[in-house]
Amino acid sequence: MPHDHHDDHAHSLLPPEPALRVKALETLLVRKGLVDPAAVDAIIDQYEHHIGPHIGASLIARAWNDPEFKKQLVNNTDGILAEMGFGGRQGEHIVVVENTPACHNLVVCTLCSCYPWPVLGVPPAWYKSDAYRSRAVSEPREVLSEFGIIIPQDQKIRVWDSTAEIRYLVLPMQPKASFGLDQADLVGWVSRNSMIGAGLP
Amino acid sequence: MISAEREPEQAFAAPWHAEVFALAVHLNEAGHFCWAEWSGRFGKNLAGARSNMAIYDGRQGLDGSEDYYLIWLQTLIEVMQEKGIVDPETLDALKAQWIDAYIQTPHGHPVKL
Repeated sequence: MPHDHHDDHAHSLLPPEPALRVKALETLLVRKGLVDPAAVDAIIDQYEHHIGPHIGASLIARAWNDPEFKKQLVNNTDGILAEMGFGGRQGEHIVVVENTPACHNLVVCTLCSCYPWPVLGVPPAWYKSDAYRSRAVSEPREVLSEFGIIIPQDQKIRVWDSTAEIRYLVLPMQPKASFGLDQADLVGWVSRNSMIGAGLP
Repeated sequence: MISAEREPEQAFAAPWHAEVFALAVHLNEAGHFCWAEWSGRFGKNLAGARSNMAIYDGRQGLDGSEDYYLIWLQTLIEVMQEKGIVDPETLDALKAQWIDAYIQTPHGHPVKL
């Protein structure tokens, strides 16, 4: 064979150390019959390709255009989400908090990183950072200014601390410039950050 | 200053982040622990890591990316260890077997134990 000499690149690249620990853990759990690798792959596929902020954005866009749906979304959130197939898999409740000219809502999880997965997917790194988790509560106005948002002094900021049981979704105010657009066009106005309160549409 | 990236490019920055995330979700859904137990434990470990950082290397705290999933992994191993399901010796042995498998498998072929 022409290539039978030792070649550093002949074998597969070694994954980073934590990846090897995850593989070891998964192998052990599969061997014990506690984990089904196909189910793990399905969960990854769900969060990588199917569940994300586009779901929340479609809900917000519809709420902007349809007052009856908005009422349902705010008052019967779990019911309407379950009906639409976006119910929480960890048994959590989702609460929709509506921005008004008098009050801007901001969502954080000071304990860990609780987040409305079914409608926003997995949280961005900044949401999980210590800096955000501590400062969102102590100095929300300053934090929002770092996101480029200036909240008028006469608009109160209400910070919602998520838990394992209750996750929050912000319903932003519809920008005047988007009035009259149909739902499909409105979706593009709803950024992920605006549904956390760390952005405006 | 919090880095305010606009929209996620991808849900997970590394494949193992996705794997360890999904393992915990799967074990929770199979009833091995409830989510309140998970977040209580995970939150405690995050807080512990944060105070260690402040004491030992003066850093600002976790940045919420790689360090976050390292603690997620540590928490999952702890929880399963407490339930008597996993033990460190077996995990170390399996890790060594995976390293061997990677070294012995020709590039481009699936790596299996």
